Parts: sequence; C-alpha cells; structure tokens
Amino acid sequence: MKELLFRNARVIDVARNIDAVGDIGVADGVIAEPSHLRDPEVIDLSGKVLSPGFIDLHVHLRQPGNTDAETIATGTLAAAAGGFTAIVAMPNTKPAADNPGAIELLRRTAADQGAVRVFPCGCMTKGGEGKEMAGIGSLKSAGVVALSDDGRCIQDHALMRHVVEYARSFRLPILDHCEESTLAAGGVMHEGKWSVLLGFNGMAGTAEELIVARDIMLAREIGWKIHIQHISTRESIELVRIARRRGILVSAEATPHHLTLTDECIKKFDTNFKMNPPLRSESDRQALIAAVADGTVTAIATDHAPHTETAKQVEFDHAPFGIIGLETAFPLCFTELVAGGVIALPQLIAKFTTGPAEILGLHDCDLAPGRRADLTVVDPAAEYVIDRNEFRSKARNTPFDGRRVKGRVEMTVVGGRIVYRR
Amino acid sequence: MEWNRKDLLSLYDLSGAEIEFILDTAEEFKKVSQRRVKKVPALRGKTVVNFFVEPSTRTRVSFELAEQRLSADIINMQAQTSSLLKGETLLDTVRNIEALQVDLVVMRHSTPGAQAFIAKHLKCGVVNAGDGAHSHPTQALLDLFTIREKKGRIAGLKVTIIGDILHSRVARSNIWGLLKLGAEVTVAGPSTLVPREFESIGVKVCHDLKTAVADADVVNLLRIQHERQTIGFFPSTGEYARFFGINSDTVKLMRPDALIMHPGPINRGVELTGEVADGPNSVILEQVTNGLAVRMAVLFLVAGCVKK
Repeated sequence: MKELLFRNARVIDVARNIDAVGDIGVADGVIAEPSHLRDPEVIDLSGKVLSPGFIDLHVHLRQPGNTDAETIATGTLAAAAGGFTAIVAMPNTKPAADNPGAIELLRRTAADQGAVRVFPCGCMTKGGEGKEMAGIGSLKSAGVVALSDDGRCIQDHALMRHVVEYARSFRLPILDHCEESTLAAGGVMHEGKWSVLLGFNGMAGTAEELIVARDIMLAREIGWKIHIQHISTRESIELVRIARRRGILVSAEATPHHLTLTDECIKKFDTNFKMNPPLRSESDRQALIAAVADGTVTAIATDHAPHTETAKQVEFDHAPFGIIGLETAFPLCFTELVAGGVIALPQLIAKFTTGPAEILGLHDCDLAPGRRADLTVVDPAAEYVIDRNEFRSKARNTPFDGRRVKGRVEMTVVGGRIVYRR
Repeated sequence: MEWNRKDLLSLYDLSGAEIEFILDTAEEFKKVSQRRVKKVPALRGKTVVNFFVEPSTRTRVSFELAEQRLSADIINMQAQTSSLLKGETLLDTVRNIEALQVDLVVMRHSTPGAQAFIAKHLKCGVVNAGDGAHSHPTQALLDLFTIREKKGRIAGLKVTIIGDILHSRVARSNIWGLLKLGAEVTVAGPSTLVPREFESIGVKVCHDLKTAVADADVVNLLRIQHERQTIGFFPSTGEYARFFGINSDTVKLMRPDALIMHPGPINRGVELTGEVADGPNSVILEQVTNGLAVRMAVLFLVAGCVKK
C-alpha cells in the first residue's frame, strides 16, 4: 500500500483538541509519524482541512430488496464522495436485517464491494414489525453496533421497555425513530400552517414528542442509551435538552434537511421534499440549529433514503418518504452553520466525527499515530452548485439540486486508501 | 387584459385582476345559455378530456355541458375505467392521453397538487376540477361570480364560510379568491374542523355561530361529510346541526339581504334546514347556473393559451 504524506493541512482532531496547520502521514493503513515514511506520495493540502473520517449514523443502503434505488456498492461510493468513511446501515431492508445471517451477508458484501466501512445495525423486533423482540444477542455476535426499527416505531411501551433492558445487557445502543402512530396516521407532511393551507393530512409534532418523552423515561429508568434519530421539533429538542442536563443517557441527531428546509417548501408539491419526519416549521428549524450549537444535538446524520425516479414521480400522497443525503450533507451544514456564523468549523467537524462515534461507543476517532487511517479532507473556501447528475448514488431524489453551497469534500481515505478524490 | 395561462390550478396562483377577468368573461358566456340556441363555436375542433380520478356528478356534468356549449369534442374517463387500476402511473396515463393530441385535460383527483404535478409534464392545458382538500378553483369562481352579480362588488364584503373547513377544497379556494378581491373572510365551525392556522393569512376564525353570521353579507355553508375523514372530529351530525346548522331562527339574526350559499350537495337538516335552503336568501340554484358560465369562460381562456 502506497504511503501518503499530507502536508500543510489545517488538522482538526477534536478528540485530542488539535486545530493547527501540520503534516499527517499514512503507512500500512494507519496514521504514521511523517518522519517515519520512506517514499510517500506527497499531497499538498494548503488551505484545506483534514480531520478523522466522517461517520453517518443513519443510511439506507436498500440491499437486499430495492437495489433499483441503491446498492451497497453505490451507497458506499456516495458515502465516500460525501466524506464519510463509515456509515451505519439501517436494517429495514427487504427482508429486514433481524437475524445473524442478514448481518453476515451485509458484512461480507460490504467487505467485498463497499468503498467505506459499513457498521451493521440490527432490528429491535422481528421484521422490524414492533411485535416480538428480535434475537438481539445473536445480532450482537454477528457484529451489529446498534439496534433500530427505523422507519417504524415500537408502539407497545412494555415491549420497548423490555427491548431497552435486554439491549443493555449486550451494550447495544438503541437508535429510535420516534413516531406515535395514531397522531401521525395518514399524514404526508408536518401538521401546521402549510398542511392546513395545502389541504394535506398532517403529522403532528406531538407524535414525535410523545415517543421522545417515553424514550427519555425509559432511558432514565433503565439507565441505558437511547439515541433519538432525526429529531425535528422544538418541543422534542427541549425534552432532550432537559434530560441530558439531568444526566440521562439520551442523545440526538439532526439531518441536514431539517436544518435547512421547512414545510413551506411543499407548496410546489415536489415529492423530493417528502420525508419522515417531515420538514417542520421555521420555528422548529431554528430550534434545531440552536440545539446543534448548544450541544443538545451531538451528531449530524443524513437519513440517506434512496428511491427511484419512478417511485418518486407520482402524486404527493402516494410518493414514498425519504431523500438522499450522503453527498450533500457536509456542504449544506457548512453553509448553514459555519458560513452562517452559528458554530465554528471544529464544532461542525465534531458532529460528523466524535459525536456519532460516542453514540456508538467508539473511542478511536482521532489522528493519533497507529490509528486506522480513516480521513476526510474538505475545502472550506470552495463554492459550487449541487448537481444531482454528478452523484455517485444510484438515486437522484434530492431537493437540493441547483442549490449553491460552500465547503466541498475534496478527498476521503479509508484504511490508508484514497477512496474518493475530486 | 390578456390571459396567458394554459392551466388553471388554484386561485392562489392568480392575481385579483386575472380573477376579475375570468368573471367578466363568464358574464358574456352566461348570455349564451339564455339564448334559443345555447351553443357557440369557441372550441370547435378542440378536444377536451374529462379525467375524473375521484367520483363526481355535478362538477363533471357542469364541465361536460360547458364543453358541449363551446362545441368541443369530449372524452370522459373515470378512474374505474382507466389504467390506474392496472398499475400504470398517473403520469403515464396522462401522457398517453396527450399523445392522442388532446388540447385540454379537466381533472379531478383525491391528492392535493396532482394537477400541478401533471401540468408540469404536459404541453396541453390542465384545468383543476378539485384536488383533494386543496383547491377547487371553478367552484370558488362561480361563488365569486354569484356574489358579484348579487351584490355588485366583492371588495369590502363580509363573507363567512361555515362547516368542515379542514377538509374542504371549496373553502380553501374561496378564501384565496375572496382575499385577492378584497373581501373580509371569516371561517366558522367547531374547532376540530376550523384550524386556527387560517389566521396567519388574515382570515378570522370563529367557533360561535351567532357571532359568525351576525353582520355577514354572505354566508357560505359547506357540506358536512358523513364519510370516513370526519370520524372523531365531532360527535354526530345531530350535534353539529344543533350548534352550527342554519335554521330560520339563525336567519333572523342575519342581515336581511345576506346571501346563503352552498356548493352542494346539501344535507337538509344538517348544514341548513329545508326552509332556509328554499328561502328568499338562498342563491344555491343560481350558483349551479353560474357554474356553467364560469366553466365555459375558464375553458375558453385556457384553450386559447395551449400552443399547437
């Protein structure tokens, strides 16, 4: 494997509190002292930023089941182009990843065809159906890093309580999609001014908040980690803020789209603005930005949800929920939060690196010599227009096509190998 | 003024001047229906498809008659007989219709925005005949036409809409049309069916019938649906009628010259009593007559903008 020497980069290594211009070496797939390299390829990164590789806690790879929309190969290429060196694969494939065989298949396929590391996530319940507990211990043995019924939400509180308790014995964090089903039933967008004006069935913010409150109570009672996926309302955020202040083991992620778009976008009836949780009000969006700034939200996660053009080119009510996000996450967040003056770049990098690592219980997210060389290089000065036809993803369902952004992913290194270079 | 839209999707999209222009044009077409020969050659040689993906009787009949009186060639399609049941997408279905060189598609659909979605992909004109709870522009235009004809103006009038506002495309279209023409709009009914969010666009929200009708120039009543969507929003049509139905006692509280309107079909004894429906303030059947003139005007204007 070729040795690499990155020179003159602004190195941001949040875990070790480093933000300085310097050189980073890579040999045999791990970080190495530059002075120990023999014949490296020298890459000048003047003006660029180098950090530990980004981690996305929330990706739908669609394999098996919907490989017309995405595959492990194309999804991980998209991840690499977005600066992600590791992604957590949600288990709501068809069939669902609720058994060790499915996890083994994912691991083998990802090792064989994946451009980046794929962390498997297993279902909490059989089939993700919210009725019977999945074989959580066996899933752990097969290599899952977390549990989730994402896309659905366990409505039976007694079952959820047992799942959290049982998961604790295997040290597996819960990643929960929070949605009370009767309050969200039939809804296709956020319930509020715009659902009322457009005549759509709404999904009340209360549907999310009730389950966030439940999860906080369970995390407190059981003393185990529950991570709130794609948190989206002002009240949910306030609940998490209070819980974290009290030391309860609850965390939350924000998606780039909830940080940048609101329900008003739906007035043009473009199904690329339809996702679950839905785009919320401007007040909710502002609360989410504040939560990223004050540390209530510790991770940015994309909820990358590929769908074919055919599936999305239908009436709004009939379109599936979800948009892709891997290749637009960093520039969108950089533009909104760093260029927008909300947080500094190291804080944003933390939401892409140490934040998600901590939720998964990983403690190796830094650039110390000897660490696996998973690296991301971004150019904070670059400005460009997002063009969906340039995506590595198989899917094109993005609401951000044509949007001008700042901050560009330049290079992604996984295990010492350059997997993406602009 | 010149008309330059190939589609009529929602009154939200139109300016006040454009709305007035349609109403002025409709006045001319109203005269056609009063002649001995009730037909003009305005759309001769044009083909109109009435594509109803949601059942409708009165709107479909009104459009069909309007098209006949304009001498258009007509094809009627309903969801039950279309390919949608065979798994074809809506977009493919309408592209197939367009491939037959039709000029206009009049469409009703249960999803908000369905017509806006297909209009983006079609060169032929699209007229919205109702899209879910979102919009029903020709209904609102005929209501505006009726008000203007009876009152001589719309600006400054107080118009109260009562009923299931939440699920009503008629309410949403009327609200935009009335606001653009300068009326004061109040929506009234039980709070489960009359969301407060309408206040954000300058509409008054009221949950007391007497207050809502007291100084209204126009009271527009909406049908209370017995169907699935209103289950759980109010206890019974009996209780609805008691608190929000219009009877002759309520009429006594109203201005003597107030108009009572209803888009039909009416539920006698629920939104209003038979007495009120047939009483001197009611203009319900005139609305139906005017609907024909308004739809002729819309079809005529829109067809003139479809490029061939």
